[in-house]
Amino acid sequence: MPRLSSVVMVASVRIVSDWLIAAEPTQLLPARSQMAFTLMFHIILVPMGVALPALMLIANYKGLRRNDPVALTLARRWSHAAGLTFAVGAVSGTVLSFEMGLLWPGLTQKYGDVFGLPFAIEGVAFFLEAILVAIYIYGWRRLNGWTHFWLGFPIPFVALVGAFSIISANAWMNTPAGFTIGPNGEPTNIDPIAAIFNKALPLELAHFVVAAYMAAGFTVASIYVVGWLRGRRDRYHRLGILIPFTVAAIATPVQFVVGDSIARWLASNQPAKFSAMEVVTQSGSDQPEIIFGRYDADTNTVSGGIRIPGLNSFLTGGSRDTYVQGLNVVPAENRPSNVNIVHTAFDIMVGVATLLVGLVLWFAIAYWRRRQVPRSKLFLWVASSAGVLAYLAIEAGWIVTEVGRQPWIVYNIERTSDTVTKADGVWISFIVVLVLYTGLGIATVTVLRAMSRRWRRQDTGDEAAPYGPRPAPEPEAPDPEVDTARRAGP
Amino acid sequence: MTAADGVAALLALAVTLYACSGLADYGAGFWDLMAGGGETGRRPRALIDTVVTPVWEANHVWLIFLFVTCWTGFGLAFGSIMSTLFVPLSLAAVGVVLRGANFALRKDAAKAGRRHLAGWLFGIGSILTPFCLGAALGAVMSARVPPGNAAGDQWTSWLNATSVAVGLLAVALGAFLSAVYLVAEARRRGMPKLQTYFRMRAIVAGLVGLALGAAALTALFFNQRQMFDRVVGRSWPLIALGVLALAATFLLGARGVVRGLRVAAAVGVAALVWTWAVAQYPYLLPFELTIAQGAGATVTQRWLLAWFAVALVVLGPALFVLYRLDQRGELVEDPTTTGDTPIPAGPA
Repeated sequence: MPRLSSVVMVASVRIVSDWLIAAEPTQLLPARSQMAFTLMFHIILVPMGVALPALMLIANYKGLRRNDPVALTLARRWSHAAGLTFAVGAVSGTVLSFEMGLLWPGLTQKYGDVFGLPFAIEGVAFFLEAILVAIYIYGWRRLNGWTHFWLGFPIPFVALVGAFSIISANAWMNTPAGFTIGPNGEPTNIDPIAAIFNKALPLELAHFVVAAYMAAGFTVASIYVVGWLRGRRDRYHRLGILIPFTVAAIATPVQFVVGDSIARWLASNQPAKFSAMEVVTQSGSDQPEIIFGRYDADTNTVSGGIRIPGLNSFLTGGSRDTYVQGLNVVPAENRPSNVNIVHTAFDIMVGVATLLVGLVLWFAIAYWRRRQVPRSKLFLWVASSAGVLAYLAIEAGWIVTEVGRQPWIVYNIERTSDTVTKADGVWISFIVVLVLYTGLGIATVTVLRAMSRRWRRQDTGDEAAPYGPRPAPEPEAPDPEVDTARRAGP
Repeated sequence: MTAADGVAALLALAVTLYACSGLADYGAGFWDLMAGGGETGRRPRALIDTVVTPVWEANHVWLIFLFVTCWTGFGLAFGSIMSTLFVPLSLAAVGVVLRGANFALRKDAAKAGRRHLAGWLFGIGSILTPFCLGAALGAVMSARVPPGNAAGDQWTSWLNATSVAVGLLAVALGAFLSAVYLVAEARRRGMPKLQTYFRMRAIVAGLVGLALGAAALTALFFNQRQMFDRVVGRSWPLIALGVLALAATFLLGARGVVRGLRVAAAVGVAALVWTWAVAQYPYLLPFELTIAQGAGATVTQRWLLAWFAVALVVLGPALFVLYRLDQRGELVEDPTTTGDTPIPAGPA
């Protein structure tokens, strides 16, 4: 296969020469890939830690208030799912804390004392949430109903503190604050509190927390929608849809407002990122909204795509005359390194959000009229994939903010390439991480599915009230090992 | 004492807590691997599983705490350590993932084959991570990590007699600690056979640890004389305390006394950690970067200390409740709430 090998040769020579010409460290690509991959994995688990506890507490409250065993069963099951995703998130979160140093030693070396404090806050919040989740999960059937509820009550708020700190650190990378660069190029006049409360924090935090509630709500609801579609139209499934879907339905229109604000905020505060999101090539007024299309970095032009005249200017400033900065004013070496990825991800996020708003409207009207899950097959089909769609939007949004910030790790101050590790072997570590996380992901999904199957089996039998006396262990298939251990004594 | 010294003490404290809790988790994984397959290993493995499941995540929060405090307080040292020791620390992270995956997979992998694989992954991760973390500590201690982005040698820094000895010592200490803890747990659950089983293993691991400690000192003597002199000259009371605690553990174990057994073992391990910390003071990276030189902004150090105080106030009561529930046996998995499949939740 001489032709194939020559193609491979040419391609690899080109990749290598691209690196050399760009004078980028060879570790940059694998390090960015690994960081992106592990973050994108971790971010799947985050909404489950941030918002699932709130769903579970709502169901718990409903169950206690109305003496409703079905709601309590849902709460208990959701708490187990939250416990599992929390455990996996603990693992992927630990890996991220390794990576801060393994991949970006230049960042922690130089700016650790500027932006490190929120991570310390997050550590404590995480620890506290872990303890509370553990107490809550194991408190079923053991504690008095309301005691149990109130012990679990702080969980969503502690989770918010955790989200606050991590988003604060990320927002700081977007709008660095709390230091000035001294004559030797090192940060001085360090004020970690000013760094925490940087400009991007309020909107970015609101955007993310609402997204987490949407993702968790739609995902949990979609699981029961699938059961509903398969004909399991009982009260259990009805509540399983209505509680999380209502939460998501409240969050979605809020997100539309927050998302719109953040986009306009970006236009004035991170104009290069905004230009990449909307592929604005030339500064000026009367900018069209370009949906998809292909950006050519060499010529700074866009081909293809759907253009809506003036809409981008209108959305940015309320009129077609609004001036929008283009990529042309950004020096080529400071432009986001992959405009196409940023723009496509942005369009996907907005597209999905629009679809979800439509779904929520449909739900609201149907529920207002009949107090019931909408009957339409189309609604149910879309709703059954709403969880996946919400996650798609989260991933896309994360790509927009992270890739859109490139080539900067600290916006307009520190280049990502200057902070990457000089150690060898990053490609190998990336591949290993890829393999491991695939296994971890498959394992997690397998276990969650096994849990759900088991619950369905239980539903056919009698489901004891969660706060009743502890019934005798089920005779069928007790865990042989634990069982042996329990019997091992005299 | 400056704020930076305080933060450095926090780091040593985090290492101590991690050594006494997280390291024991790895040790439990080690015994799981050594328990043998099928029927023979079933009972010890079941005990290990019940004991470790509720606490493993909480135990590993100390590692995150250690990292975060290090990069916030001493960014330069953190970046230097993580980049020069990229290989062992990446491997340590791999071990963390393997163990975590196991906790998610283990119980629900109903088929024996898959469960067996999970057990292997758990065991391998349980040896890999403490070894690599120990080897990294050995590299720092033997002055092989200079300040800078991957400024030291990526391989010889941790693949040398001292680092390898310290790595193996970490594995042995974990095995020792966890065997001691398991003796107490077996006693609490009324399992005399398992009590004997783990007592034997605790003694063996303790003796191996003693030998490895001596080996590490010998290696240090030839590799890094300056540090050896500090260990022997300055930290000897701590070494003595460690050996005494080990002897006390043996004594209590031999007499079948459980009261104080765990504390004695933990004190021994803590003494070893502080042997290192005291010998290395005031260097973050011997002998090129001191705490004062490597410290970040003072205001940040003060906030770290203040936040730690807040954390104690917040976490203390929560941990107390968790501990009480655990000791009252309230955290044992209830098969009726979890069905036939206990969830690896624990302090999630």
